[in-house]
Amino acid sequence: MTTTEAPSAVHVAGRRRRPAVKVGSIVGMIVLILGAVFAFGPLLWTLSTSLRTPAEAFTNPPQWIPTDWDFGNYAAVFNQIPIGQFFLNSVIVTVLIVIGQTITCTLSGYAFAMVSFPAKNTIFGIFLATMMVPLQTIIIPVFIIVRMLGLSDSLGALIIPALGSAFGTFLMRQYFMQMPRELGEAARIDGATQFGVFWHVYARMASPAIATLAILNFSGFWAEFYRPLIFLNSQSNFTLPLGLVGLQGNLGTGSISVVLAGVILAMIPSVLLFIFAQRYFVEGVTAGSFR
Amino acid sequence: MSAATETRVSASRESTRLIARRPGARRAIRREAVFGYLMIGLAVAFVTVFTLIPILVSLGLSFFSWDVITPPQFVGIKNFTRLFSDGQVLSSFGVTIVLAIGIVVLQIALGLLLAVLVNTRKHKWTKALFRTTFYLPLLASTAAVSIFMGYLFDAKFGLINYYLNEIGLPSVPWLVNPTTAQITMILIVVWQQVGFTFVLFVAGLTSVPTDVLEAAAIDGAGAWRTLFRIKIPLISPTILFATVVAMINAMQLFDQPFIMTKGGPGTATTTATIAMYQTGFQNLQFGYASAIAILLLVIILIITGIQFLAARKLVFYQ
Repeated sequence: MTTTEAPSAVHVAGRRRRPAVKVGSIVGMIVLILGAVFAFGPLLWTLSTSLRTPAEAFTNPPQWIPTDWDFGNYAAVFNQIPIGQFFLNSVIVTVLIVIGQTITCTLSGYAFAMVSFPAKNTIFGIFLATMMVPLQTIIIPVFIIVRMLGLSDSLGALIIPALGSAFGTFLMRQYFMQMPRELGEAARIDGATQFGVFWHVYARMASPAIATLAILNFSGFWAEFYRPLIFLNSQSNFTLPLGLVGLQGNLGTGSISVVLAGVILAMIPSVLLFIFAQRYFVEGVTAGSFR
Repeated sequence: MSAATETRVSASRESTRLIARRPGARRAIRREAVFGYLMIGLAVAFVTVFTLIPILVSLGLSFFSWDVITPPQFVGIKNFTRLFSDGQVLSSFGVTIVLAIGIVVLQIALGLLLAVLVNTRKHKWTKALFRTTFYLPLLASTAAVSIFMGYLFDAKFGLINYYLNEIGLPSVPWLVNPTTAQITMILIVVWQQVGFTFVLFVAGLTSVPTDVLEAAAIDGAGAWRTLFRIKIPLISPTILFATVVAMINAMQLFDQPFIMTKGGPGTATTTATIAMYQTGFQNLQFGYASAIAILLLVIILIITGIQFLAARKLVFYQ
């Protein structure tokens, strides 16, 4: 009885649902396109306004796709503020932190995953606990330590405190944990040293994790505003985000398009990196989730 | 995870005991330990000096009165009693919580909606195009976003009010009026951060096993039922993770209100972190500012704890 009824029921239900699915699909597409317009709109406005002359920057409606491109604003950013200096500062800070954390976190992540030593789990537990602490909670003591080290108002104030990372260690450890231990054991039998096993066997295999960590650090520190605001005083040491906010304050509303040209310039490295390493950006987002 | 670590630990202990009987093995164990300590040395040193010690110092400082110039004075819990009667600081925590709830709810709901819709698209390039578009705002720094959003939300000349007027709606006093200023902050943060929850949820939805979905389809479950009875329960651990991360970030909101409104109008967008910055780095009350920082930490820990407790009933682990 049921065998004869069941297929027809499915059939009827399927036929009745088919148009609904189509309507749903179209509504879904409309919602997605609306979402994309809202996500991309402000960025497109920023780009097109940066290509307009300052005089017509605030005329509405904007010319969404500028017909005659005016790169004068881009020249103006370099003339009116030391954006080249900001750019260089940002590059120095970001690159050194990325290199530093790659080294410290790869070494420690490997040891926590593969090497046995007393108190390992306790130390790692303390590392995990510090990940919960917001930056604002420790900023005053870090500010004091930075001053004691004579690093106030220098790029070192941003770089040195960021060279180690509990999160980076956690990320690398997770990755090394998945690797087969037999490889290292075999290499040891063949006479490799402890460090040799790490360097020649496992570190080579860790490049996807290293890329993920590097991308996470790049996006985080390239965009950082809070620590530069607190640690830096002289304009010659400013990084891009801090410099741009200063630029906006100094120039006033008369040169919106110049400020926006600076905003676009600051975004270029992130966009380039995203184009070439999109996969690791996505890895970075999902990397933190505990499993 | 913990079970796996335990078995691994006990296994390694087992093997150490076995090896220990052999001559020379004890030296090998010691050498491995030395190697381990050397490997973690750099990370431990940096984390200790720049995170661990600062946590303790911050806690200690919250019991002192200190203006940086004269030596710190021990004041007991006076900073905390003052804190709980300080209307401005308390209101900054209120602002923070209101903004954080608005941000998290919208960010999770919108991220989930967009992820579900993208997930149902069949063409690979459609998925890739939308994924890229929704991720793009994350490539701008919060400072950059604050700058161009400040122009777009300008009450007089801004593009958003222009388009509102074009479709016959009145202008909105976005950053001028206290309530709308809070709404504007929420919208701006969600605009930038929704890509984060979106990417997480897409990854979660992609990992839902197809045989489960096929079984549901054979049983005659429609799109809605499949979504609410199967997909969402299956990705609920991801939703919990996204909620916790979004909440922790939102509780630390600083850049956008600091750059766009300096915490105004009035104190409508003065978040706890802005209040802490003003107390510490502008009024040089480092002890009192540390007390605010510690309270922020405690509140974040409590909220995270509540989320995990609530999740026990709602989250479905496979």
